[in-house]
Amino acid sequence: MDLTTVWFALIAVLWIGYFFLEGFDFGVGILLPFLGKNESERRALLRTIGPVWDGNEVWVIVAGGATFAAFPEWYATLFSGFYLALFLLLVGLIVRGIGIEYRNKRSPDAWRTRWDMLIALGSFIPALLWGVAFANIVAGVPIDASKNFTGDLFTLLNPFGLLGGLTTLSLFLTHGLTFLALKTEGDLRARANALVMPVGIVAAVIAVAFLGWANAQRGSTLSEVTSVVAALAFVVALVANRVRREGWAFLLTGVTLALAVVSLFAALYPDVMPSSTNPAYSLTITNASSTPYTLGIMTIVAVIFTPIVLIYQGWTYYIFRKRVSVDRPAAKS
Amino acid sequence: MDPLMLSRWQFGITTVYHFFFVPLTLGLAWITAGFHLAWYRTGKEQYLRLTRFVGELFLINFAIGVVTGIVQEFQFGMNWSSYSRFVGDIFGAPLAIEGLLAFFLESTFLGLWIFGWGRLPKGVHVATIWIAALGTALSAYLILAANAWMQHPVGYVVNTAAGRAELKDFLAVATNDTAVITFVHVMAAAFLTAGALVAGVGMWRLVSHPGKDDGAFRATAKVGSVILLIAGLAVAVTGDMQGKLMTAEQPMKIAAGEALMNTEQPAAFSLLTIKSLDGTQTLVDIRIPNVLSFLATGDFNGKVQGVNDLQAQYQQTYGPGDYVPSIPITYWTFRLMIGAGTLAALAAAWFLFRMRKGKLPTKGAAALALALPFLPLAANSFGWLFTEIGRQPWIVFGLMQTSAGVSPTSTTLDVLITVVGFTVLYGALAVVMVGLMARRVRDGLPEAAADKSFEHEAEADLGFGY
Ligand code: HDD
Ligand code: HEM
Ligand code: HEM
Repeated sequence: MDLTTVWFALIAVLWIGYFFLEGFDFGVGILLPFLGKNESERRALLRTIGPVWDGNEVWVIVAGGATFAAFPEWYATLFSGFYLALFLLLVGLIVRGIGIEYRNKRSPDAWRTRWDMLIALGSFIPALLWGVAFANIVAGVPIDASKNFTGDLFTLLNPFGLLGGLTTLSLFLTHGLTFLALKTEGDLRARANALVMPVGIVAAVIAVAFLGWANAQRGSTLSEVTSVVAALAFVVALVANRVRREGWAFLLTGVTLALAVVSLFAALYPDVMPSSTNPAYSLTITNASSTPYTLGIMTIVAVIFTPIVLIYQGWTYYIFRKRVSVDRPAAKS
Repeated sequence: MDPLMLSRWQFGITTVYHFFFVPLTLGLAWITAGFHLAWYRTGKEQYLRLTRFVGELFLINFAIGVVTGIVQEFQFGMNWSSYSRFVGDIFGAPLAIEGLLAFFLESTFLGLWIFGWGRLPKGVHVATIWIAALGTALSAYLILAANAWMQHPVGYVVNTAAGRAELKDFLAVATNDTAVITFVHVMAAAFLTAGALVAGVGMWRLVSHPGKDDGAFRATAKVGSVILLIAGLAVAVTGDMQGKLMTAEQPMKIAAGEALMNTEQPAAFSLLTIKSLDGTQTLVDIRIPNVLSFLATGDFNGKVQGVNDLQAQYQQTYGPGDYVPSIPITYWTFRLMIGAGTLAALAAAWFLFRMRKGKLPTKGAAALALALPFLPLAANSFGWLFTEIGRQPWIVFGLMQTSAGVSPTSTTLDVLITVVGFTVLYGALAVVMVGLMARRVRDGLPEAAADKSFEHEAEADLGFGY
């Protein structure tokens, strides 16, 4: 395999890591003010993601950096083109991150409720917009001969883009619920479990419509097969939840997200950003990539350090494997 | 206002803002790690309480460093897409490696540290904060290597057919002399900044709340002041080395920073030069003979090139154009950087003097203590403004001008929306953050009793408050 294909695959891997991991903490963030009925419950909800959310977010930072390094033209066209959408996304990530870290630093109810709403909003916006962005990347956007995007924010808000947004949003919500079912106890756990099915069914309908439409537009054998397997995994996840195999349910909603990413990248290949203006203007793994020398260096670094990262992140999840309990003494200050 | 101007403002505002929090993170991480280790080694309750006190300030600061960092990562593509296309083959690598090596490390191990009380064996728990601190320093090196390449491009060739710079020697980029010296200067400045915060907080508590944890805060004020003084020395030494390197690599920057219009041999150092508004008349001119020669070249009789000669040279090399950065800005930022740092060091020396032999400083120290952390914060900003504005008109020295780097797709409205949006949001965050910091300082040291109940999960988390 040639290095550009390797890096295309590695960037897919980074997005898989991001959707799998930050997917559930987006879900938890959106659910926070609604699922948590009182202060102790909301605090418990936050503690399920507290130790890991920042590490999860780094996946997207590395995905951005790796795209810059491996496919500078892709990074340049995408980020300058989707300018305002990315701005909104960044605002979401900022208020959410600060909310998670600052919410419990003071105790007045007004302070906490305000941050809870901001955490939910700041999780909702990126959960929606990442889907909008990916849908548009796959479907193709207007790009001119000099590789510049020629649309605006509203170009992205087309029906297919919005369906993509609803897909990530609803899948992240389901994934967040299966995560909470696995990580909480008692009443919270029961409520999370009960919500998996109804939310999951809505998500399934949306996701099947989206992946079906995506494959109809530009499918490959691999993207079609992975879409089907993703759908199956999701059905099994819902069944697993039904029979209270919470670990399996969580794993499988994660696998669904992973396969959905694979499917989209497979549909894209060998383009990275197809042009709807003229196929000749499309960015491909060849005309958007760095030199073989740079890709080679990056490959060595990635091969050595990615496993190390996976090991210590895995270790963190092991350390915090216990369910988070709600009953706790009222907090001071 | 065109998109180029607005994009420059946006980059300047967001980056300077990011760098308010960065030096505190870089320094406080190690100071917290130091207190934690001291507790682990000695078992003294005071160190545990200090770990949690300083650690809490560190975390409040860290959160903003993280969220503003993401903006930095995306901004090159958003506002500087032509730049990104031109340099991606070289510049992207340190950025990606920074994420993979450093950001994963710091965020994951900090998560372990925050929630690790009572869950991790004590020794492992101490190790997590040390690893996180290492991650922050690693991240600084890698991003500074990226920045150093813009100041002093090495290990590349320009492929004119592809219209970009291409990497030829990764090791040269990673070990760029500009990167190495910038890293030590920035780390020294970071310790100076964090030391100033710790010294200021300790001194303020000591003076304004006497009789409450005096011992601990006396230790805090002393540790902070000593760190500040040592770092101050390091900053001066490394800054001097940087000046010499800069003379060799970017002579225009030092000429502008010294407002040295004509080549001199030997060159005098300007203590204060004020020109009339149109720049034709010199109103005030206080100079120390031979000193600039020494600073720039290491030889009291060395020759230092002036702005006019360099401008003529650059026109020959790069074609017609204006290659002179803003002289007033570079001149003043350079002096203000040094001046603010020197003031901070004097304040720390005075603190130590007043605290000698168990004495307590006078009330007047409280105001100085509160002002102290802001001096190095300002010095950092001035340092970067000097470095970056002194490089203008280049975005990559000698290879690409800033005006060529901006995204051609940006419209004035788009960039206006984001400049205003980020500025307002960042302003609000600053208010919240400073408020939280002040509250923590007013509350004083947390009780150490919590440690005994760390066996209980719920209690343990009270420490950092989830
Ligand atoms: C000399 C040090 C230094 C400099 C010049 C910069 N940063 Fe920074 N950055 C750090 C030192 C740092 C740090 C110490 O590692 C931070 C600060 C606070 C923190 O949380 O980590 C950080 C955080 C941080 C994060 C969040 C990491 C996380 O989630 O843990 C990102 C994505 C960036 N930075 C990216 C950048 C970019 C693209 C910069 C260039 C314009 C930049 N930083 C300048
Ligand atoms: C954190 C410390 C930094 C600060 C405070 C800082 C500050 C600034 C400022 C004020 C400018 C505007 C200069 C002008 O337009 O006249 C600038 C320009 C620039 N800097 Fe830095 N910088 C920092 C670090 C970096 C790093 C680490 C990089 C790259 C990795 C970088 C890349 C750039 C670029 C691309 C520009 C050109 C855009 C522009 O002119 O505004 N900077 N910087
Ligand atoms: C005697 C004191 C100092 C000297 C001689 C000195 C010298 C320098 C020089 C020559 C540069 C420009 C490097 C370049 O553009 O290539 C610089 C940059 C900088 N300085 Fe200083 N400095 C001093 C004190 C300080 C202090 C007290 C601080 C902050 C607390 C500070 C923070 C910075 C920063 C953040 C930069 C920008 C990054 C860099 O290029 O290293 N400096 N300094």
